Amino acid sequence: MSNFLLYFKDKDIVKKELEKICKLAQNLQKDYCFMEVCGTHTMQISKYGIRKLLPKNIKLISGPGCPVCVTSLEFIDKAIYIARNFNNVIIATFGDLFRVPGSESSLEKEKAEGKDIRILYSPYEVLTLAKENLNKNVVFLSIGFETTMPAVAWVIKDAKRQNIKNLSFLIGNKFFLVGLEALVLLSRKFLASFITTNSSIDGFILPGNLSVIVGEKSYMWMVEKYKIPSVITGFEPVDIVMGIRLLLEMIYYDVPEVKNEYKRVVTYEGNLFAKNLINEVFETSTGKWRGIGLIASSAAKLKKEFEEFDAEKKFEIPDIKVSNEFSECRCNEVLIGKITPLECTLFGKVCTPENPKGACMVSSEGACSAYYKYEMV
Amino acid sequence: MKSNKILLSYGSGGKYTREFLQDYILKHFDNQILNLLLDSAVLNFQQERLAFSIDSYTVTPIFFPGGDIGKLSICGTINDLLCVGADPEFIGVSLIIEEGIETETIEKILLSIKEVSQKENVLIVTGDTKVVEVGSCDKIFITTAGIGRIKKNLKFSYGRIEEGDVIIITGNIAEHGIALLLARGAYGFEYNIQSDCASLKSLFKDIFNNENIASHIKFLRDPTRGGISSALNEILMYREDIGFEVYEEKVPISENVRYICELLSIDPFDVANEGKMILIVSKNKSEEILEVLRKHPLGKNAAIIGEVVSVNKGKVLLNTIYGSKRILDMPVGEGLPRIC
Repeated sequence: MSNFLLYFKDKDIVKKELEKICKLAQNLQKDYCFMEVCGTHTMQISKYGIRKLLPKNIKLISGPGCPVCVTSLEFIDKAIYIARNFNNVIIATFGDLFRVPGSESSLEKEKAEGKDIRILYSPYEVLTLAKENLNKNVVFLSIGFETTMPAVAWVIKDAKRQNIKNLSFLIGNKFFLVGLEALVLLSRKFLASFITTNSSIDGFILPGNLSVIVGEKSYMWMVEKYKIPSVITGFEPVDIVMGIRLLLEMIYYDVPEVKNEYKRVVTYEGNLFAKNLINEVFETSTGKWRGIGLIASSAAKLKKEFEEFDAEKKFEIPDIKVSNEFSECRCNEVLIGKITPLECTLFGKVCTPENPKGACMVSSEGACSAYYKYEMV
Repeated sequence: MKSNKILLSYGSGGKYTREFLQDYILKHFDNQILNLLLDSAVLNFQQERLAFSIDSYTVTPIFFPGGDIGKLSICGTINDLLCVGADPEFIGVSLIIEEGIETETIEKILLSIKEVSQKENVLIVTGDTKVVEVGSCDKIFITTAGIGRIKKNLKFSYGRIEEGDVIIITGNIAEHGIALLLARGAYGFEYNIQSDCASLKSLFKDIFNNENIASHIKFLRDPTRGGISSALNEILMYREDIGFEVYEEKVPISENVRYICELLSIDPFDVANEGKMILIVSKNKSEEILEVLRKHPLGKNAAIIGEVVSVNKGKVLLNTIYGSKRILDMPVGEGLPRIC
């Protein structure tokens, strides 16, 4: 593990890649704007200060690839509704949802009020939790893209096989690829408003982790339909700068493609077993994305044969009216790269990691959080 | 959306703890000694300056690789006293024990307290024992208070730190927090990482008694909860006219800890230490101080990790190995509860 890890952090390789980037950028002259759609990339770019190492005419903007950030307020409100209105309920969640504000509370605050909220590290732990608490109803808050869906699907199948009755899932999972296409269309439609960053999106840095599941082939439409260069990239500094260099080369030679910089784990087909698991358990429905709005076929829904595990049905959650007192929160625009966090008037003043007003600040992988944590230099 | 209930993160040692101290503790107990929020209070008593410190220990599990709650409670208080230049002499120990816990477990913890206090030559002079019903505490909580005389030649204060001073850490970072994290088994894998839990008394004896260097030490801080990020940022809260620059490449960290941090995406700068000290010292004596530290087993990995600057005031900047700069901020929220 050690050599592998160190190679992709090697400062000399990073330096060489940056030199190539500078040369290409100089020859290209014009400004270029690349979007990293994945929250983990956003965090790494900020953490390693990569933005500051790039030539002035190469800009990186963050996209909607943080599952917590694109989760609508209703989802949090629904979880809180269950916690408040039913006795003997355990709400199980990953840590990153814990502090996300809903309309008027958060899971963290509900826990302090005495509600039983547990943080899990793996979706599999929820099975043990249910078996150890037979007199309670365990609800797992499931969000995430194709990256996390196979694991949740596996757990749901296992719960069915083991005939576990006191377990259900509040499903907020989204199909990233559907959202990505909506974003591409949106970025073209709103071309004018991208003037702040001096260009539209000239290329995409695609998420390495998600691509392990979906495979290179799932992105071919980006070239075929839209002729946008894109590169599947890993998460270490070497991966990221190499990805940027590849994007610039594609622009320089005018050959848009889907490149795979992350060949050490991403294959052309992706993980068929995992993809099948998703298809076995989930079907698509219309989903609401923060920042983008309603997108057809973008949300995951449990298939009929698994609906006994659907928390929405089990708890008969009514329509929840969302209120958000911080209407000036501009997460919506940050999420689609329309503005950078620095352009939001709340950023760093009213909205900080201690008192976040929007999901992009509270999520550890949100663009606002990354900027605040690392880039206020 | 401030909460009207106490949240777990108020005890994390990061930003919320700071807010809690400001909004509740200092509001009610405003005085010149407490307001400094040093690791130990400095009390003028007749001709002497005394250091007085108190800490509670709620760590779980109570036995962990590299230590246990007993050893931790004594070492923690000794190290807090050292932070203001004191020679730790007397310690009081108060036990809150949950009904039903085996006497053998308690005995083991007491033996551990005995061993470390004898070795470090501190006397347990007072104490208290309370037993509470099942569920009212988790096995055992320990509170320790300590007293020591501050050496005449040592005057540590926020005010003495100046541009050009250097920042030293006495050894590898992040070992306690990571050892605890893995000891809880939450990730389903085991890895041999020991907590760095240790008393630094003997290490600092060599420093404090060396007339040539002692007066060149400006400030000490014990980077426990919240790691070195918190420790450095806390100092700057009292000195908004200076900034710190830390060099990532120079910060000592063991390979194992580094890999675990990578794997779990944890910033080692935010992770707790229980046997390390940050020193801010004059540049012209820094190499000499480093040499003395390195001669001692507890300081063998000591390193100069940064410097005091006059730019980016009030902020800690990290110079990454790639040549970029980024903020090293205080962690927010609860990383891992009950690590000490």
